[in-house]
Amino acid sequence: MPAITPLLVAQLVLVVVVFHALLLSAAAMVWVERRLAAALQQRLGPIRVGWQGLLQPFADVIKLMFKEELRPKAADALLFALAPVISATCAFAAFAVVPFGARTTFFGLLSEPMLLQVADVNVAALVIFAIASMSVYGIVLAGWSSNSKYSLIGGLRSSAQMISYELSYGMALVSVLLVGNSLSLTEIVNGQAGAWFGVIPRWFIFLQPLGFLIFLTAGVAETNRAPFDFPEAEQELVAGYHTEYSSMSFAMFFLAEYVNMVTVSAVAADLFLGGWHGPFLPESLGWIWFLLKVSALLFFYVWMRWTLPRYRYDQLMKFGWKVMLPASVLNLIATAAGVLYFGG
Amino acid sequence: MPTLTHYLVLSGVLFCIGTAGVFVRRNLITILLSIEIMLNAVNLTFVAFGRSMGSADGQIIVFFVMTVAAAEAAVGLAIVIGLFRHRESLNPDTFTSLKW
Amino acid sequence: MTLFYVFAAVAVVASLLVIAQRNPIYSVLLLIASFGALSGLYVLLDAPFVAVTQIVVYAGAIMVLFLFVVMLLNAPHEETDYDETVHPLRRPGPMRFGAALAVALVVELLWALTKGGGETGAFPGAAVSSVRTIGRSLFTNYAFAFEVTSVLILVAMVGAVVLARREGGPSAPPSA
Repeated sequence: MPAITPLLVAQLVLVVVVFHALLLSAAAMVWVERRLAAALQQRLGPIRVGWQGLLQPFADVIKLMFKEELRPKAADALLFALAPVISATCAFAAFAVVPFGARTTFFGLLSEPMLLQVADVNVAALVIFAIASMSVYGIVLAGWSSNSKYSLIGGLRSSAQMISYELSYGMALVSVLLVGNSLSLTEIVNGQAGAWFGVIPRWFIFLQPLGFLIFLTAGVAETNRAPFDFPEAEQELVAGYHTEYSSMSFAMFFLAEYVNMVTVSAVAADLFLGGWHGPFLPESLGWIWFLLKVSALLFFYVWMRWTLPRYRYDQLMKFGWKVMLPASVLNLIATAAGVLYFGG
Repeated sequence: MPTLTHYLVLSGVLFCIGTAGVFVRRNLITILLSIEIMLNAVNLTFVAFGRSMGSADGQIIVFFVMTVAAAEAAVGLAIVIGLFRHRESLNPDTFTSLKW
Repeated sequence: MTLFYVFAAVAVVASLLVIAQRNPIYSVLLLIASFGALSGLYVLLDAPFVAVTQIVVYAGAIMVLFLFVVMLLNAPHEETDYDETVHPLRRPGPMRFGAALAVALVVELLWALTKGGGETGAFPGAAVSSVRTIGRSLFTNYAFAFEVTSVLILVAMVGAVVLARREGGPSAPPSA
């Protein structure tokens, strides 16, 4: 049994804090999405529940909890119950290796600095990719086990889309790994400290602009958000793979989607936007900068959803295989050449 | 601490489970899954030996084995799809005659 | 040590259930669980790269392929001409022979693996490799095999598409 040191207690507290922060961020995203969509569409959105509608997500959750939990009679009970669990678990698990702050002693409470990351693995970038690959199963099992044609088609299309865009996601990730010279996310972020000429920060987005675009686009496709959300489009497929789900299972799918969005934004902020480094604040308060960067990316996510029309499915697949994949491979080759030429 | 023998015994058991699956099951897809179990047992053996000899070669060979397994699974499943279209059955006993 | 036993137990039990299940979808899902346990064992063997590659390639790609095929073929439960509740060692004909062979194989392998000489001791102290050393070795000593593997995957891709194509060629619509 390991000794109960303050460090161990701090680690456990960190796990609890991160978990609840993700839950709250999903709830906040519900509110942000509806108010932002309303602002983009020049209407008001939810403003009545609580001050400025801030309690709206909680009202939604309570409503969902009181709904009846239905299951189609011909559905496979075990898989039907398992699918939302897999989606939600993979969404939360991916955040376990994302660092969101520098080593800090919490203003002297700890004897040695602790990294603000739940698990400091030295192959963290690959772990994120691995867990993203596993989240396909939640969707494909949901589509299959519902035993309904809308669900099956939606599930298969959605998972085919996810595995197609995973390739470009991985290639963009590898390009950043070449530039950052490590697989550990902490080291990649620390490689982005400082600034050129004292003004322009050394973020990798300036070294890898195409890589950033590809990563973000593939991330949007991975999370099944617009404009790549054909598989769950309300107009075309009823609701795709979560047609037959109601009450808390449905809530878990939505929780998984929002937490996936947060994770993709957090990883992009770490890889391309310098993580927790920023001017004017000491290193130990860097997580504030991290929050700002993640919020900017999430704003971008919501903005894209309510501005762009939806891709048709075959256009989506063609784009993924014929445009994104060659672009990401070319980006990788150019990056490798650059790293060789400039000495790494 | 687990020793090399522990890992070898485990991979031996897994290999035999895979072999038993290939012998006993009458469903083409399950037979392919059993082959994957066997390949994984072999991977475990490679990594265990590589670790005990202190070289990275075990892991590199595992890399190649995984790639070959992926290629084999893809082609094998394509063949299974073709067979299924022909006879509407996944039981290997239905494919015993060379004609039609 | 307990972690080793936990992972080993999960791997063995999941594999046994894979070959015992009637429904192919459950078999695939149980095999994914087995791969997860093996990935944990690779981490215990100080091979994090192999562990992650196992999840990405095997559990995340090959098993998705299997799952798609099982779902699209609507793979039926095995219809067999024997009584499924009877133990395999008692079933008539080749199945009894196959099951007996498997038992013989287990006994023989376990005997051979446990009687070994001086090498079957504990692992040496130092962990050997990082991704950097693996990559370096892969692209220098094994460069030819690496390139040949890429050609192999290309051949497999083309072969799979050709073999699974319907008769009637390009008239099939591009669907999921």
